[in-house]
Amino acid sequence: MTFLRDTWIIFSRSMRLSIRNPIWVVIGLTQPILYLALFGPLLKQVVSSTPGLPPGDAWQIFVPGLLVQLGIFGAAFVGFGLIAEYRAGVIERQRVTPASRIALLSGRVLRDVVVLLVQAIILTVVAVPFGLRAPIGGVILAIVVVAALGAAFASLSYAAALRLKSEDALAPLFNGLAIPILLLSGILLPMSLAPTWLRDVADVNPLKHVVDGVREFFTGNITSSTGLWGLLCTLGLVVVGTWFGTLTFRRESA
Amino acid sequence: MIQARKLSRTFKTRTGPVQAVRGVDLDVEKGEIVGFLGPNGAGKTTTLRMLTTLIEPTAGEATVAGHDLRHDPVGVRRNIGYVAQGGVTLDIARAGEECVDQARLYGIKPATAVARGRELFGQLDLDGLWDRNCNSLSGGQRRRLDIVIGLMHTPALVFLDEPTTGLDPQSRANLWEHILRLRNDQGSTIFLTTHYLDEADYLCDRLLVIDNGTIVSAGTPEELKSQVSGDAVTLTLADHGRAQDAVSVLSGLEGADTPTVDGDQVQVHVPKGGAALPGLLRELDGKGVDLAAVEVRRPTLDDVFLSLTGRSLRDEPAA
Repeated sequence: MTFLRDTWIIFSRSMRLSIRNPIWVVIGLTQPILYLALFGPLLKQVVSSTPGLPPGDAWQIFVPGLLVQLGIFGAAFVGFGLIAEYRAGVIERQRVTPASRIALLSGRVLRDVVVLLVQAIILTVVAVPFGLRAPIGGVILAIVVVAALGAAFASLSYAAALRLKSEDALAPLFNGLAIPILLLSGILLPMSLAPTWLRDVADVNPLKHVVDGVREFFTGNITSSTGLWGLLCTLGLVVVGTWFGTLTFRRESA
Repeated sequence: MIQARKLSRTFKTRTGPVQAVRGVDLDVEKGEIVGFLGPNGAGKTTTLRMLTTLIEPTAGEATVAGHDLRHDPVGVRRNIGYVAQGGVTLDIARAGEECVDQARLYGIKPATAVARGRELFGQLDLDGLWDRNCNSLSGGQRRRLDIVIGLMHTPALVFLDEPTTGLDPQSRANLWEHILRLRNDQGSTIFLTTHYLDEADYLCDRLLVIDNGTIVSAGTPEELKSQVSGDAVTLTLADHGRAQDAVSVLSGLEGADTPTVDGDQVQVHVPKGGAALPGLLRELDGKGVDLAAVEVRRPTLDDVFLSLTGRSLRDEPAA
């Protein structure tokens, strides 16, 4: 089965190139760190005086949102890198080899997951001096969820990139989706603060359940139903992302 | 090495279906250098991409390097090399690592790949460039790197899509020699596409002329040229008034077509211009027709293309 070997080859190539050009790793972290440093402190006041919030202190409520944000948006932009590779003729060069078509996707996604894990750990560690206190088991589970989300969105990003083949088409797609997703997932403030109609709309968004689940993990509550829901939604997203990504990489004109 | 029958490919576009390739039949023997000659848009690259399993034919069958295109594409891929038209390397990657990464996808161990890569670098004048970033190479070097990448796994059959497009004349001539050496020293079979007549003439054992998705003619460059009406003999008269006399002499030549007059130039096509010339000059002299100049031109592939399709290859926009 050449799939595993080919995935490893693509992964080691992608990882090597990323390490040589780590600027994107740093940029991916900038947004969450800015939110952490400049928006997070405002929440302490909000949390202590507002009813209707989920359990936990300001940081236990806010950092999960940031981690999910990292998992989604950190991964969503990898498509641009693929378009650059496509233009350079690299994708076609790899497709003309006997390598497994799916390995061309999975090797890259694996690299993105590794980068994401590093970023997630850095983000969590940086939050500690700001005041984050969370049980280690919950944090580990949360980071696993982030990695899985990253895999899902990286696959979707690569699929979109390969189909559209143009940065001009890809950018509006992401930017158009980014804001609604952000606002309907409860990343900045929990949706439990929302009026009923808004909460019902958000309930359709699987990412909202993921954020709620990760918040549960951060308070040490690993076995709650909310947490389970969050995990299921994550799994669902991974399945959809991988399926769509695989389909696109098998397609001929890709 | 390649047998294709009725290979076709239709693209669905917003403005309706486009038949890029219509029923192409091809045969390429081992050790041949075969050229696909045609203007831009003729279907060369599409045919190549079908033969290299990058896109699926809408109709037709083919066996490439001993493997069936539809039923064993992986088998085909193992045995072919492909060098795409626009280049295959990433700017920020290093020359050597691009080669090794490619070789590994064929199952070659890293150490073997490095040795093979360095050997090819030597053969294609790329010594000392192993650790350089691909974007720091010159056009010719980068093209040769593309070819090295296509050859890392020592394929018996190599596809080159417009190998010298965009290169300066020196790099082109240099690359031609490397391509010839590929066949002469390694016994590789080479299938290349080009819209350059001099390239097709110099490199190819056989040519397939393609226009509008179909093959309009096939044969060696000499065969194709001899199918055209012959050598062009052009007389520049010292006195336009004698044009009709010149015409009557020229029409008398064996195998001549109808002479054409253009100002002070009279032109005719004859099978062997060089041989006809001495007798022609004597006759014209005898009739007192003074000449300012005489030119005998052998047919070019452009003449071949013109006679086959009614269009000149040179009329097409430059690549």
